Amino acid sequence: LPGEPERGLRERLSRLRNLPLLHRTGVAAEERRLQGQLDSVSRTDASVDEIWSFVELARHGDRPYTLDYVERMLEDWVELHGDRGRADDGAIVAGIGRLNGRTIVLLGHQKGRDLKERIRRQYGMPHPEGYAKAVRAMELAERFSFPVVSLIDTPGAYPGVIAEQHGQGGAIARSQAKMIQLRVPSVACVIGEGGSGGALALAVSDRVLMQENAIYSVITPEGCAQILWRDGNEAKRAAAAFKPDAFHCLELGVIDGIVPEPSGGAHNDPDLAAAQLGEALAEALDELTAVPASELRGARRRKFRAMGVYA
Amino acid sequence: MSETKIDVRVERVGPVAPEVKHPNTCPRCDSHYRDDELEATLYVCGHCGYHFRMPSRARIAWLADPGSFEEEASEVRSADPLNFFDLRPYRERLAEAELNTGLPEAIIVGSARLEGHALELAVMDFAFLGGSMGSAVGEKFVRACDSALAAGVPLLLVSSSGGARMQEGILSLMQLPKTIAALDEFHEAGLPLFTVLTDPTTGGLMASVASLGDVTIAEPGALLAFTGPRVVQSIIKEKLPDDFGRSEQNLRFGQIDAIVPRPEQRHYLARLLRLFAR
Repeated sequence: LPGEPERGLRERLSRLRNLPLLHRTGVAAEERRLQGQLDSVSRTDASVDEIWSFVELARHGDRPYTLDYVERMLEDWVELHGDRGRADDGAIVAGIGRLNGRTIVLLGHQKGRDLKERIRRQYGMPHPEGYAKAVRAMELAERFSFPVVSLIDTPGAYPGVIAEQHGQGGAIARSQAKMIQLRVPSVACVIGEGGSGGALALAVSDRVLMQENAIYSVITPEGCAQILWRDGNEAKRAAAAFKPDAFHCLELGVIDGIVPEPSGGAHNDPDLAAAQLGEALAEALDELTAVPASELRGARRRKFRAMGVYA
Repeated sequence: MSETKIDVRVERVGPVAPEVKHPNTCPRCDSHYRDDELEATLYVCGHCGYHFRMPSRARIAWLADPGSFEEEASEVRSADPLNFFDLRPYRERLAEAELNTGLPEAIIVGSARLEGHALELAVMDFAFLGGSMGSAVGEKFVRACDSALAAGVPLLLVSSSGGARMQEGILSLMQLPKTIAALDEFHEAGLPLFTVLTDPTTGGLMASVASLGDVTIAEPGALLAFTGPRVVQSIIKEKLPDDFGRSEQNLRFGQIDAIVPRPEQRHYLARLLRLFAR
């Protein structure tokens, strides 16, 4: 395993050093950076496995899903079904319940536990109808001034013919636009896999949290490996390169906080995990309900507009 | 009992060596053009109407009234926040893209006039790292929104993008809500976004501003999808509809307002600008 990226870097470095300086801008800096990268490659091999362990925990078969938390965290849960247009998407659940005495609208991706349920829930990968259901529930929340809590856990939006025909991209875009516009407070927490646009559609919130062992990424490690390395088996290396773990997301300013999990992962003690999650969500909501409703939208816009690093 | 098996496999899904054609050769009818011929026909095949990808500079020169385009935010460039390297370092890819295209980033923004109407242009270019959206592209789009808002003029987005730029990881994903947030402010002021979707517009762009235009038109035959055909096919392992994800399918399913051939777009847009003029 060691050697491959290192060899590549060494080769590149030596080529760069021999380059006739036609376009000389930045070559020296480039050289320094490559050297730095080379140094870090030898140093960070341990963290490749470390980062991969987050990926494995986030996808653990016994990890609590949205409805497991609903059951433990909320009182008086009423699930809402259907987008009022075409379908009821099993990969997204929506409903009303009480969290710490406060009525909230809860949205969440839902994976299945056994094969039958997995198929019904499409492995947690929503169709456009799922996002339409979410938007409908958000409209309800606004009408009655209920805060919106969302739990994120999906490999990504469903990649299929019908999903495309029904406008997958547009559905994800409109769900985000609705979240940006909400006149009520919103909190999201990534509780497993935060896979790309399919996850983001429910995560444009005033506060975005991640559980300790959750991941949040622009693409699945396998997809990234397939595209950039042209080899799906390089998933581990891809994950290490784009760093989908909570700590790096926090460092990059993408999330606002990390929710602790029971030792060894949420699946070891779902009750404790639910208590910790419920506490974090309630705390964020307490903080947000103190903000005048008229200021929420502007603050949310400013928060997301500031994201990104450029020169 | 004889074991007779019927071969039910659909056609083999796998890497088929793509036929490499000269970039100036029409992939549909094999007509070949000189550079100046393509430029003169707006990069549309004079024989069969196939739309070649149009370089962003050429499109701006054609869309904007002569001398009216003033580029903005050209100083915004990509950084490498993750120190990303796959088979090659991200910075090397950026430098190469710049050398090959002469562009600073995958989007050019600026103010212009079109048949006398002031507007803000944001034109993407697939030639620069597949038109992918990283932090710099997101920031430039946001600045285009702000500039249009300050001037009180409509915004025209010409999209051409493979989606989020993987080399900036989660930060690229965050450009979706970032651009949507800026657009929200722009929309709130009662200003319109017109979008021209060109081949290809996929992934992150489709899941953000490219889908949020007030009037959305597409070029003929363009691939407009969240998940592209190769990925869908690799998952479902069935033959896809011939026009899967293309403009024509999107129109049929109600995802876009119209398909407008490139030579007619200028008049179409001018009509919109007249209609929305305040």
